[in-house]
Amino acid sequence: MQTEKPETQKIAIASYLVLLGFLIILLRLWQLQLLQGDELRKTSESNRLRIIRVSAPRGIIFDRNGIPLVKNTPYFCASIIPEEFNTDSIPSLAMVLHLPEDQLREKINKKAQSPFTPVRLKEGLSYNEVGYIEARRSDFPGLFVDIEVSREYLYSGIGAHVIGYLGKLTPGQSKDPEFKDVPPDAFIGQWGVEKLYDKSLRGTPGQRIIEVDAIGREIRLLKENPPVKGSDLSLSIDIALQKATEDAFKGKTGALVALKSDTGEILGIVSSPSFDPNSFAKGISSDDWNEIINDKKVPMLNRALQSQYPPGSTFKIITAIAALEEGVSASASITCNGGMSLGSHRFGCWKKEGHNTISLHRALVESCDVYFYNAGRQVGFDKVHDYALMFGLGAETGIGFGKERKGLIPNTEWKRKTRKEPWWPGETLINSIGQGYVATTPVQMAVMINAVSNGGNVYKPSIVKVSEPVLVRKAAVKPETLEIVKDALSGVVNEPGGTGQASKSATVMIGGKTGTAQVVGIRKDSKNLKEAQRDHAWFVAFAPVDKPEIAVSVLVEHGGHGGTAAAPIAKKAIEAYMLPVEKKKDLISVQD
Amino acid sequence: MFRIDRRLIQNFDWITLSIVVLISIIGILTIFSATRQPGAGEAAIASFHIKQTAWLAISILALIIFISFDYIWLARIALPVYVTGLILLFIVLIAGKTGMGAQRWISLGPLSFQPSEFFKLMFIIMLSNYYSFSRESLGGGGLLRVFFFVVFIPFVLLFKQPDLGTAIVILLIFMSVSLAKGLLKKVIIMIVVIGIISLPFIGNIMWTGLKDYQKNRLIAFIEPEVDPSGIGYHINQSKIAIGSGEFLGKGYLKGTQGPFRFLPEKHTDFIFAVFAEEWGFAGSVFLLSLYLLLILRGLDTARKAKDDFGRLLAIGITFMFCIYFFVNIGMTLGIMPVVGIPLPFMSYGGTALLSNYISIGVLINIRTRRFSLFY
Repeated sequence: MQTEKPETQKIAIASYLVLLGFLIILLRLWQLQLLQGDELRKTSESNRLRIIRVSAPRGIIFDRNGIPLVKNTPYFCASIIPEEFNTDSIPSLAMVLHLPEDQLREKINKKAQSPFTPVRLKEGLSYNEVGYIEARRSDFPGLFVDIEVSREYLYSGIGAHVIGYLGKLTPGQSKDPEFKDVPPDAFIGQWGVEKLYDKSLRGTPGQRIIEVDAIGREIRLLKENPPVKGSDLSLSIDIALQKATEDAFKGKTGALVALKSDTGEILGIVSSPSFDPNSFAKGISSDDWNEIINDKKVPMLNRALQSQYPPGSTFKIITAIAALEEGVSASASITCNGGMSLGSHRFGCWKKEGHNTISLHRALVESCDVYFYNAGRQVGFDKVHDYALMFGLGAETGIGFGKERKGLIPNTEWKRKTRKEPWWPGETLINSIGQGYVATTPVQMAVMINAVSNGGNVYKPSIVKVSEPVLVRKAAVKPETLEIVKDALSGVVNEPGGTGQASKSATVMIGGKTGTAQVVGIRKDSKNLKEAQRDHAWFVAFAPVDKPEIAVSVLVEHGGHGGTAAAPIAKKAIEAYMLPVEKKKDLISVQD
Repeated sequence: MFRIDRRLIQNFDWITLSIVVLISIIGILTIFSATRQPGAGEAAIASFHIKQTAWLAISILALIIFISFDYIWLARIALPVYVTGLILLFIVLIAGKTGMGAQRWISLGPLSFQPSEFFKLMFIIMLSNYYSFSRESLGGGGLLRVFFFVVFIPFVLLFKQPDLGTAIVILLIFMSVSLAKGLLKKVIIMIVVIGIISLPFIGNIMWTGLKDYQKNRLIAFIEPEVDPSGIGYHINQSKIAIGSGEFLGKGYLKGTQGPFRFLPEKHTDFIFAVFAEEWGFAGSVFLLSLYLLLILRGLDTARKAKDDFGRLLAIGITFMFCIYFFVNIGMTLGIMPVVGIPLPFMSYGGTALLSNYISIGVLINIRTRRFSLFY
């Protein structure tokens, strides 16, 4: 009817163009539905299903008598799902949350792993804010309120170094596979036993798998895995002892370690000054943090294990044991006329007028320096060194938390190796009375006095209650030796003229040894030299004398004489420990 | 004039009618699936599919009316109808209702409608009528005259609403119908050259004239990952919906992207994404083939039309559907920018359905009366 017209040609071309377009659409459809289909189906599942983490309550930490030391306190947080959040509403959200707009914008725009991963905007919402958000949810799609649990430390500063605190994952930790289950905003233990036992305290978070609509409203619950509460932890600490001694340390710098005689469990461990772990509980403010780290007294330093000091006269216990074991008779006496000359140098006794004729018992009671110069010379310091090590000095005790310092017990070999010098005879004298190179930590001294008083058992100190104590070694000394020494240490406190009479208790028989460690001239590099040139005060003690239950070491930095500065604190610790449990509760319930 | 002739029945284009009715029914089913509210109970079932069904009935009635008379009549009333359309567009601009940052609606009592939906057909009739006066190929001057008298005014009015989608469709229809009418070769070359040179300027003018949401859509198209929760959201959610359908789909009423409200505009512009999620690649190919068939049939109608007016009219109408189809599907698949253009016969919207059925009515009319001896 009609010949091939140009119109027909054009329509043919148009038809081919349509077919071409159709082909492109088919290819795209192929790509989306068949090539990427699997992946996109997964995305659509997570679009609909939301996995909500339910944080597990953290295990409670108790003292040895079952008194809780911490509490879990819930608090509210505001978070968003970036995928659902409309960035136009940032200004109004900033007003609701009382946050600066640019800060909020920065948090939201930070590229999260996935747009479905919640971003925490604010923690510790007030009840007003929670109410407001819940009422206006539809204005802010993707915004939700969740509950976190923070830690409240019931006795604030008490036991802070032991209990520790919680903090968010550090950048290093967030890469550590050990923390792969910990969500980025959660708190984990960062100090003390909170850190040491974090894994068991943490528990296992639960999950709620819910079906949601586009503004994140829950449509129904599909599956719920309840969280598993973290295991409770019973510390070996006696909170009454801890509180009594921390109170006694108020205003002083120093440390205390108290051990249970027959197990090595730590009944109390104090490092003063301390800090309040509650200030870390919801993330510490930078002002508070700066105050802590710029404090010249370094409150974060656990002096009980991270500082070492010359033990002073408390070391005479070791020298005495070495002498008795190496053949010096307890009844053999020497004459102290206030000093001892060696070569051209005169080594003085602290009592300038001298102790006259004196044997081991009274030498310990009165802390005669000259007697122990003699004893040291007689057995040689290399022997003294061996006994010191036998009783746990000069080595880490294995307490297990914080970086413990080793201390130092020198001998001739050590001097030759590190100083490239021979051992001078005078060094035997001053090291025998715990000066010179000798350095120990308070926890080592506690292990030592515990072993001396409990029959030679060197236990590894434990911060948690143990059923089986860990015996590091049994000191190879004669029981009589220890009896002689213990008797003398009882005399230190209870006999007339004893240097430790300030620790004499009306309720319990205490034995102990004072120490007054010279600061001047001992550590020439010490920064504290100009600040305080007073001596460090030591006291190591055990009680009751006839059947010891507790061993204590006390150090007061620049405290002056051990008998006056340190001994009363040891007495307080021992008395608090010997109280019946009911009385202990009364003691700690007095809050300041 | 209203003779129901035996030959009229004989030559009736049942195929085109069947295709659009089939697509419309699929559309209503998909609207139902897209707007259901899981977990909200019986009471909350949205009435979109019921409204759409009512509109379908009205539309079929309108289609029959637009088949019943000879389409030549349309040429005779082209000018007054076109002027009326312009007036309506003008009224929208000064007194229209605002929706989604644009004024597109006129209220007549309880009813509100979008004049721009009907204007497209009025425009095609006007253009086809004008071009059919002369059989000569158009020169540059003639083209410019048509552009200024027929295209420029509605284009500005639509751009101002702003209804960018319809404005561009008008422009594209003008270009395609002009090509179908026949242009001198030198005019085509000139237009191409001028177009290439002026593209940056026009682009710049257009860009400054765009509203923020329109700019965002373009940005989102070029870089959907810029802000997945913001402007790229539509595109990403649409791709997720379609892709998750895989080969056989999740099954009818089993889709999650729409009912769980992840997909915005799910029952209007993104209806294909909802369909593709539930029916998969297989279903999608079937649905798209219906559209392909419709378009090819429309082109065939143009080829067979008995006169120039009918041919150009059929080209214009077919090309209009063609643009809507490719732009909407392309946008849903993430290969074209998000332009607020519905999928004909599928998307929810009464005015659009009615105007589309009227256009199809005209198309069937042209095919049914394709033999000159009809007179």
